[in-house]
Amino acid sequence: MSLLTVSGSPHVHADQSVSKIMYGVVFSLVPAMLVSFYFFGLAAILVTLTAVVSCMAFEYLIQKYLIKGPLTIFDGSAIITGILLAFNVPANLPLGIVVIGSAVAIGMGKMTFGGLGKNPFNPALVGRVFLMISFPVQMTTYPRPEPFSTAITDAVTGPTPLTVLKDGITRGETISDLVTRLPEYTSLMIGNIGGSAGEISGIFLILGGLYMLFRKIISWHIPLAYLGSAAIFSGIFWLINPEVYIDPLFHLFSGGLMLGAIYMATDYATSPMSPKGMLLFGVGCGFLTIIIRLFGAYPEGVAFSILIMNAFVPLINRGFKPKRFGEEVKNG
Amino acid sequence: MKTFKIGGVHPPENKFSEKEPIQTLPLPKTVSIPLSQHLGVPAKPIVAKGDKVKTGQLIAKGEAFISANIHASASGKVAKIDAVMDASGYRKTCIIINVEEDEWEEGIDRDTSLIKDCSLSPKEIVDKVNENGIVGMGGATFPSHVKLMVPKGKKAEYLIINGVECEPYLTADHRMMLEKGEEIMVGITIQMKALGVDKAIIGIENNKPDAIKYMSSLAKDYKGISVEGLEVKYPQGAEKQLIKALINREVPSGKLPIEVGCVVHNVGTSFAVYEAVQKNKPLLERVVTVTGGILKKPANFWVRIGTPVNDLLEGAGGLPDNTGKVVSGGPMMGKALNDLNVPVTKGTSGIIIFSQQEAPRPPVQNCIRCAKCLTICPMGLEPYLLAILSDKKRVEECEEERILDCMECGSCLYICPSGRPLLDQIRVGKNLTQQMIRSRSN
Repeated sequence: MSLLTVSGSPHVHADQSVSKIMYGVVFSLVPAMLVSFYFFGLAAILVTLTAVVSCMAFEYLIQKYLIKGPLTIFDGSAIITGILLAFNVPANLPLGIVVIGSAVAIGMGKMTFGGLGKNPFNPALVGRVFLMISFPVQMTTYPRPEPFSTAITDAVTGPTPLTVLKDGITRGETISDLVTRLPEYTSLMIGNIGGSAGEISGIFLILGGLYMLFRKIISWHIPLAYLGSAAIFSGIFWLINPEVYIDPLFHLFSGGLMLGAIYMATDYATSPMSPKGMLLFGVGCGFLTIIIRLFGAYPEGVAFSILIMNAFVPLINRGFKPKRFGEEVKNG
Repeated sequence: MKTFKIGGVHPPENKFSEKEPIQTLPLPKTVSIPLSQHLGVPAKPIVAKGDKVKTGQLIAKGEAFISANIHASASGKVAKIDAVMDASGYRKTCIIINVEEDEWEEGIDRDTSLIKDCSLSPKEIVDKVNENGIVGMGGATFPSHVKLMVPKGKKAEYLIINGVECEPYLTADHRMMLEKGEEIMVGITIQMKALGVDKAIIGIENNKPDAIKYMSSLAKDYKGISVEGLEVKYPQGAEKQLIKALINREVPSGKLPIEVGCVVHNVGTSFAVYEAVQKNKPLLERVVTVTGGILKKPANFWVRIGTPVNDLLEGAGGLPDNTGKVVSGGPMMGKALNDLNVPVTKGTSGIIIFSQQEAPRPPVQNCIRCAKCLTICPMGLEPYLLAILSDKKRVEECEEERILDCMECGSCLYICPSGRPLLDQIRVGKNLTQQMIRSRSN
């Protein structure tokens, strides 16, 4: 007989692993990815591929030559960062810029802190914000949706709904003036609008989110708190003056709000641990997003608000503990 | 369906031996009876090498308040009193008896007919339980007579009977309920009398519908006893979780169930109490489940205390070739054995065989901060944080984060997708914290 294993309890383990969770997230991103391929065609495919491959490559190079540690590029997390970075940039972005974004996301956003699970800020958003500051023109030139398009950087471009709104309001136009230039709600929800490659289709992002909820990869706290608070804050302003502030439904389905609330804010490493903390984090994100959209210089505030809230996560974890057993004794 | 509110996991149940009637295992050649099979002070031996002992004879006396008597589980000659490896991996003093025949001590009623009526006073019941060395048989092995004495200033309202058997694989309590239901009921009435309570609730998880049905039908004839089916969720068999599930009271941190008017006993303990009080029979045998996916004949055995684990494995068809791990107890809280000659004790509820594929732990990866450990912790703790604080020896913060509330149920290490040794680190932290608290009072 061979030797017996002796280890501490428990002796059974759930059928779970890091890569199972990560590939579950990748799978849930497929519907939204297909929508982006449909509306932005070849350009979106190229941007996504480039981002995924270069994120994995940078992780490999850093782990192999700088850290000289174990290689974990197939655990799926670099793939998610790649996909999310691609989702967060215009589909017609020159591929060289995509590679730079990937290097920043993986190198600066993730590996600097020790790799998977240790980064305080969402790596894909670090990449996106870096690109937005470094390449403001390319990063704000969005292609118009055109099914099965083969155009790459020569695509027909146009403003996103949020840009139309921001520019219009800044010029002093009212919502009723602008409404003709804004897309219908059905287009907004399906994703037949201009915008970053993966953020356009609210419906399919929700579908992916429901899949992650079903698989228990994420909990409902952050997405619901984020979307709910964004709806409430924008709703308050809309009720105050519907000619200056657009309705909550438009806010929910435009820009990167759905993508942010479902995929970026729920990132394990950069969000709070306890349910109460998650709710506060979500509300903070929703509040900041609407503040930036309504009063900031940028038309969109999702990336900044999530990064700002990321910085509060250690503090939230300290202040918001789970409900302890036997803490408040209510017996009867 | 009732259950506890915070946390919990549901590992695959794998109750392979639930349909196997309890068989009596043949007497072993030697029995090694540890002097410490209970929480508290070890018993003091009152026999010496060369003495002849009879089955059921008192061989070691529990003299402290929290201690328990030890009886010979077979008759024969005391070969020696020596240190023997036990399930914890430590060498413990045992009385080793070379078994000759099965000659029982006078005064033990071995007739199996049911005796319902008990005319003893509460004090006499507690004394009987004490004399016969009854301890909690769910695994914690707390001396039962201590639990049956309500401390001054406290009042017991409910007797909670634990028939949950929330550990996967184990079926000993399940079979006990099906085969010894009447005796358990009488044992419960005896304990109710000792405690002076008029309500007893038997909690059973609903993966044992036959036991729920049978016990409910029996309970009709006993005043004050009810049976409650519970949703299957680990660790529902933990005292605090069971009380929460059944009567929705939370035992405060660091306190005992009596704080909320409850005393919790296992169904196996109730049977032992019945035998001790009605038959004057000491705790010298118990039911042990021997099981595992690769085992030929998973079974439930009546086993004399002190029988080597090897004998049980023989009885279940022998140790399979690709055995990778042998666990004493349940898969969530049991101990992996490093020696198959360790004796069965009063707290051994099962022996589980894992294959070489099932035996190793999953590889350890970075913590991805998925918060699953925090979601499933039944005490509402933060295992990831406690593990870090323990590892960094930040003991005061461990105490603040209530590390001592951890009952080591193992749910965090079960669920962790990164296979992190959370519970191992927390155990170290608990030890350090207890040391720190002790040093404060010095």
